Amino acid sequence: MTTELFTGAEMVVKSLSALKVKYIFGYPGGSVLDIYDAIFQQDEIEHILVRHEQAATHMADGYARATGEVGVVLATSGPGATNCVTGIATAYMDSIPMVVLAGQVATSLIGNDAFQETDIVGCTRPIIKHSFSCRSLADIPDAISKAFYIASTGRPGPVVIELPKDILIPQNKGPFSIETDIKIRSYNPNVNGHPKQIKKAVQAIARAKKLVIYSGGGIVLSDASELLTKLVETLKAPITNTLMGLGGISGTHEQFIGMLGMHGSLEANKSMANADVILALGARFDDRVTNNVEKFCPNATIIHVDIDPTSISKTINAHIPVVGLVEVVMQQLLDELSDINFSPDEVALTLWWQQINLWRNVKSMSYDQAENEKIKPQRVVEALYKITQGDAYVCSDVGQHQMFAAQHYPFAKPRRWINSGGAGTMGFGLPAAMGVKLAFPDKHVICITGDGSIQMNIQELSTCSQYKLPVVIVTLNNRSLGMVRQWQDMVYGGRHSSSYMESLPDFVKVAEAYGHVGIKIDHLDELEEKLTQAFNIKDRLVFVDVMVDEKEHVYPMQIRTGAIDEMWLKKGVKA
Amino acid sequence: MRRILAILMENEPGSLSRIVGLFSQRAFNIESLTVAPTDDNSLSRMTIATIGDDKVLEQIVKQVNKLIDVIKIIDITDRQHIERELLLVKVTAMTDKSRNEVKRITDIFRGNIIDIGKQVYTVQLTGNAEKLNAFITALQHETEIIESARSGCVGMARGDKALRI
Repeated sequence: MTTELFTGAEMVVKSLSALKVKYIFGYPGGSVLDIYDAIFQQDEIEHILVRHEQAATHMADGYARATGEVGVVLATSGPGATNCVTGIATAYMDSIPMVVLAGQVATSLIGNDAFQETDIVGCTRPIIKHSFSCRSLADIPDAISKAFYIASTGRPGPVVIELPKDILIPQNKGPFSIETDIKIRSYNPNVNGHPKQIKKAVQAIARAKKLVIYSGGGIVLSDASELLTKLVETLKAPITNTLMGLGGISGTHEQFIGMLGMHGSLEANKSMANADVILALGARFDDRVTNNVEKFCPNATIIHVDIDPTSISKTINAHIPVVGLVEVVMQQLLDELSDINFSPDEVALTLWWQQINLWRNVKSMSYDQAENEKIKPQRVVEALYKITQGDAYVCSDVGQHQMFAAQHYPFAKPRRWINSGGAGTMGFGLPAAMGVKLAFPDKHVICITGDGSIQMNIQELSTCSQYKLPVVIVTLNNRSLGMVRQWQDMVYGGRHSSSYMESLPDFVKVAEAYGHVGIKIDHLDELEEKLTQAFNIKDRLVFVDVMVDEKEHVYPMQIRTGAIDEMWLKKGVKA
Repeated sequence: MRRILAILMENEPGSLSRIVGLFSQRAFNIESLTVAPTDDNSLSRMTIATIGDDKVLEQIVKQVNKLIDVIKIIDITDRQHIERELLLVKVTAMTDKSRNEVKRITDIFRGNIIDIGKQVYTVQLTGNAEKLNAFITALQHETEIIESARSGCVGMARGDKALRI
């Protein structure tokens, strides 16, 4: 019997099939034409042709964030691959499982400055979890299989695979086999928290009078939201989420005190500052949370649960570190709490909640909307919440609109809030929303964006036409780069250096030019009606261009170099 | 504080650049770095001498460990350990006096003259960094150093402790 032989390109596609990949997001070019030819000749995997490789990475990223699966990108060598760099960095910063297949010039040409040659493995080294340089046919299935395993386990992240042209071409064939039960001797992520640390953590929790639970993106990534809710309800303590952790617990849960950090709620930041024990779950004490680390929560014993040891005691020293998968560690905590017959100190809890409710009553997220004035951006987000009942997938770009969305759309479920938190990548929102819509065609998928961000990947409106992706784009149009402008107002004496947008296009016409529906909203009294109208159009993309008050700032806001709870509530008003 | 880290890693293309890249990316110091395959050819062993406080060192160890290619990393500085570095130094040896002095200093430090030219000696010395520094200073008093090459240190724990899979 003769063994069937395959080309490298066929092996790429067969490997992806074996790993149950449904979509590849990419753009063809010289070095990967053989892979495109192999894709053409099968129907298990659908290729989505973007208009710019950066968008392919964000689409794969959005798809991964919404589904929990690995997002797959295919790009050609040189500029195709370098266009992926921003998307890879975005996925890296937010720990998103992604595999990027990058073409490369033939092995004999590597190092010769050949046409469309870039050392993409070198370019991406600081922003990947791992990378593979294939040099022979036999490397391909092994690299792809390992890449998926590495990308999706432990702390997830992007993996790059470099595929030189000469190992893909038809002249080169070999037998195919793929091992999907992967073991790597140098890679064994911790799963269980150390029992001693669990005991210590529970002892600290049991002694606490002012406990705060602070949870992050790790809860969302590991689908641990039910367990988190159970833990939170057992402890009866307040819970705050990071920007990445929103939806980890329902935004309307009575123990939820809002997002914390730079634009977090006063009650979240005050609770953290006054806590005696902080239970951090899958969060990393980012500088947008802590503010000045020297002044960070001086009286708190910090229990830090994270899958990644490097996150622990990197910025804030953890008194009780626990390395492990957050869902496993939370179950261990629940078991230990049950073993010691834990019941919360009701007297202390009552006092603690009384104090928190005083902070809550300040209503730090409030804003003033007069009926006959320009639309406040916050009002648009509230209207979106009302129409979609809190159950939409909300993909945002980066800037003021992102913060308004995070503050005013209480997410009922995890994986519904999709934004570039760590990297802060403008241009992320639209392609991410497209990836989500592909995965969940029957759900509301909104891209909340700004007039700056939308233009960073606006060419993808064309991809939306091609694949019929009826996302709802809502642009909070303030005719300026709002967050930059806000900082210039607050820190740079109101000098608006390059922060305003002259010659904005007519977005309605732009949408129409791509075959979509465009709706412009100018006045408050038409806001809800026209937004509802937009959501009633199910089969076409609707681009809603909302003219909002350009002078509105995002409040509350931490005061620079201050403690976590030192905040501006309004212009000139400190908490 | 100076620390010596011993790292056992996969002997794969790119492994070294991942480590070096990590140090520069996160602004960690490298005082010296040596690397070579071990008796098991699938593994490389690297020794890095670095400088940092406890917090920085904790991050270095964790970050290096996080690299997929790295199997183990230990800080050997805290325990009883052996540290060695190789020095090759070429010095001027034109006169009887300078030849005698170089020979004498080399003997005192238990080095070897391993090559001679018309007017130069090449000396080999092994030891810890401090010994090598002292030797160089002694040579400089007596003659002119033409060139020198140091290997950077390698090290391992004393006694039964071992870094292996």
